[in-house]
Amino acid sequence: MSLLEVKDLQVRVEDREILHGLSLVVNKGELHAIMGPNGSGKSTLSHVIAGKPGYEVTGGHILFNGADLLEMEPDERAAKGVFLAFQYPVEIPGVATMNFLRTALNAQRKARGESEYSTPDFLKKVREVAKSLNIPQDMLRRGVNVGFSGGEKKRNEILQMALFEPALCILDEMDSGLDIDALRIAADGVNALRSPDRAMVVITHYQRLLNYIIPDFVHVMSKGRVVKSGGKELALELEESGYAKFEDAA
Amino acid sequence: MNVAAAKVGTRDALGEAFARTRDRLPGTGQVPQTRQLAFDSFVRRGLPHRRIEDWKYTDLRALMREVLPPALAPNQTAFDAAAKALATHAIEGARRLVLVDGYFAPQLSDLANLEKGVRIRTLRELLESGAWPSLHRRTVTEVINPKADQDQSDPMIALNAAMMTDGVMIEVAPGMRLAQPLHVVHVATCARPAAMFTRSALRLGKATTATLIESFIAANDAAIYQVHHAMMLLVDAEARLDHVRLAEDSRDAFNISSAAVGLGPRAHFNTFALTTGAGVSRYQMFVEFAGEGSRVETSGVNLLNGRQHADTTMFLDHALPNCVSREIFRAVVDDRAHSVFQGRIIVRPDAQKTDAKMMTRALLLSDEAEADNKPELEIFADDVTCGHGATSGALDESLLFYLRARGLPEKEAQALLIQAFVGEAIEGIANDELREATMAAAQRWLEARS
Repeated sequence: MSLLEVKDLQVRVEDREILHGLSLVVNKGELHAIMGPNGSGKSTLSHVIAGKPGYEVTGGHILFNGADLLEMEPDERAAKGVFLAFQYPVEIPGVATMNFLRTALNAQRKARGESEYSTPDFLKKVREVAKSLNIPQDMLRRGVNVGFSGGEKKRNEILQMALFEPALCILDEMDSGLDIDALRIAADGVNALRSPDRAMVVITHYQRLLNYIIPDFVHVMSKGRVVKSGGKELALELEESGYAKFEDAA
Repeated sequence: MNVAAAKVGTRDALGEAFARTRDRLPGTGQVPQTRQLAFDSFVRRGLPHRRIEDWKYTDLRALMREVLPPALAPNQTAFDAAAKALATHAIEGARRLVLVDGYFAPQLSDLANLEKGVRIRTLRELLESGAWPSLHRRTVTEVINPKADQDQSDPMIALNAAMMTDGVMIEVAPGMRLAQPLHVVHVATCARPAAMFTRSALRLGKATTATLIESFIAANDAAIYQVHHAMMLLVDAEARLDHVRLAEDSRDAFNISSAAVGLGPRAHFNTFALTTGAGVSRYQMFVEFAGEGSRVETSGVNLLNGRQHADTTMFLDHALPNCVSREIFRAVVDDRAHSVFQGRIIVRPDAQKTDAKMMTRALLLSDEAEADNKPELEIFADDVTCGHGATSGALDESLLFYLRARGLPEKEAQALLIQAFVGEAIEGIANDELREATMAAAQRWLEARS
């Protein structure tokens, strides 16, 4: 059984169809890159997998470990191991990062019938991960993402990924707004989390990110469909030719 | 019965209640006569209704449909029920002063080892001695303006003056630094539906500091009850008062409370009000800056659901120059509840260099929830810094989704955002213990909700 199976997915936002029959299969241990021009539906796919309201699925299905993902609330999906690293992580003033992390982690554990983390164990774990991602302690005391730079926000997403240990990580435009140093730190964080038990889907507009995070598979999206799939060399081909010829193909 | 009859009905019923109980109300000497004057003053204006601007959103002719008989003096069953309720609302380290069903309860109060310079009496004692606890008695300070006597200006304070039976009267001598917070707790245990009329006062002498918490709670099986309360706070020159009011009455209770505050020169008053309880409530605070250079920080939170109606009204009267005031108010309104915030700041012609700011925000959790925010600035001086703002809206969907995508169920995600929303007001509480006690009270509301 595949970890994630997206089959013939059709999605509308208000009156406009964004995805017109998209299919994608992701197995444990694999890293897939989804590339495509703006407006091709990449972010829509990530939002629908995570359960963001406002999207209407009019056809197809998404199975996660064989279970119907579309029937689940967003928090159930998270507890079952779906993690979306946001393109634009929101700022939540008044909710301290540390409090947020502990509440979220314990909510997931509770939903899975696991015991809650004790405070010392939790703190130890957060500090270890934060250190490896170069996240200073005072950032954890601030409101979630409040006053964080673009790079800090992305590192905070990866921190959560490391803490929650999801089975499926979807990284939506992780490279947007990052300079090259920030990108390298974030990519190192992602690479450290690659494992045979975990799959990743990296959504990106540019090939640049894939110099740091090497994919097993590359899919090109255009106009709401996957129009071409291949190995990592497909990304290089795209870099040379641009998206235009794929758009024609769609 | 038609509506007009019902409107007159409550006032007449109060008249009958006063006529029936007046001979049994505590007080000698001038007290009975003063009660009569206060009652006449109430009758002249009647119950406040929507055509009176200050009561526009809290029409007592519609909301106060019945007059309940005066509460009976508590028996042992009542004290036991009160003790149980007190246990879950204790504030560590505070000196507790308890009123059960409107009667001071010495056996539940901490009266031992009273600091030298602190005097605590009951209102009943005071009235029985023929004294009248009025704001303009000038026992503490010369600066309180007699015109500020709220007995004459607000009908519900006048009604309270006519009917009041008990309360705690606290005086703190000049220069005292009261380390232990004072916690005045009103517990309703009422075996039968009842009304209580209480009045308390705290007078801080020059350059004293003190902390006061007021709580309104109910025993689990209390019958429906009505609270009519007045609090008088006098903060003399250079004194500082930290004050928190936690109104956690039972869901079918009715609570009309007033606070009249007089501030001497260079006084500092930090006050916070939380309302989570009662079916119908109004908390109205009148602050008079009666000396130059004083400072007020006032904040408040209404957390409401079901069909609750809660009105928080703040009148700040900048009568003299060089005073500062800050107001922060937050309302969280669910179901068909109704929250009202009125903040009026008056800057009188002499009050140059006044610095007054007010911000109120409401969070609406359902389509039928209602929040009325009415900030009012009346400025008669020309060299001042004043501002106000008001917003209302729903929870931010993008924040909710972010939290849910991290595993928080909907109610928990909402709770976290609500906590953050009200936290901005609760952070205004300067005293750490009071802030924590308030957070705990807000938490009780959130937990009851989920």
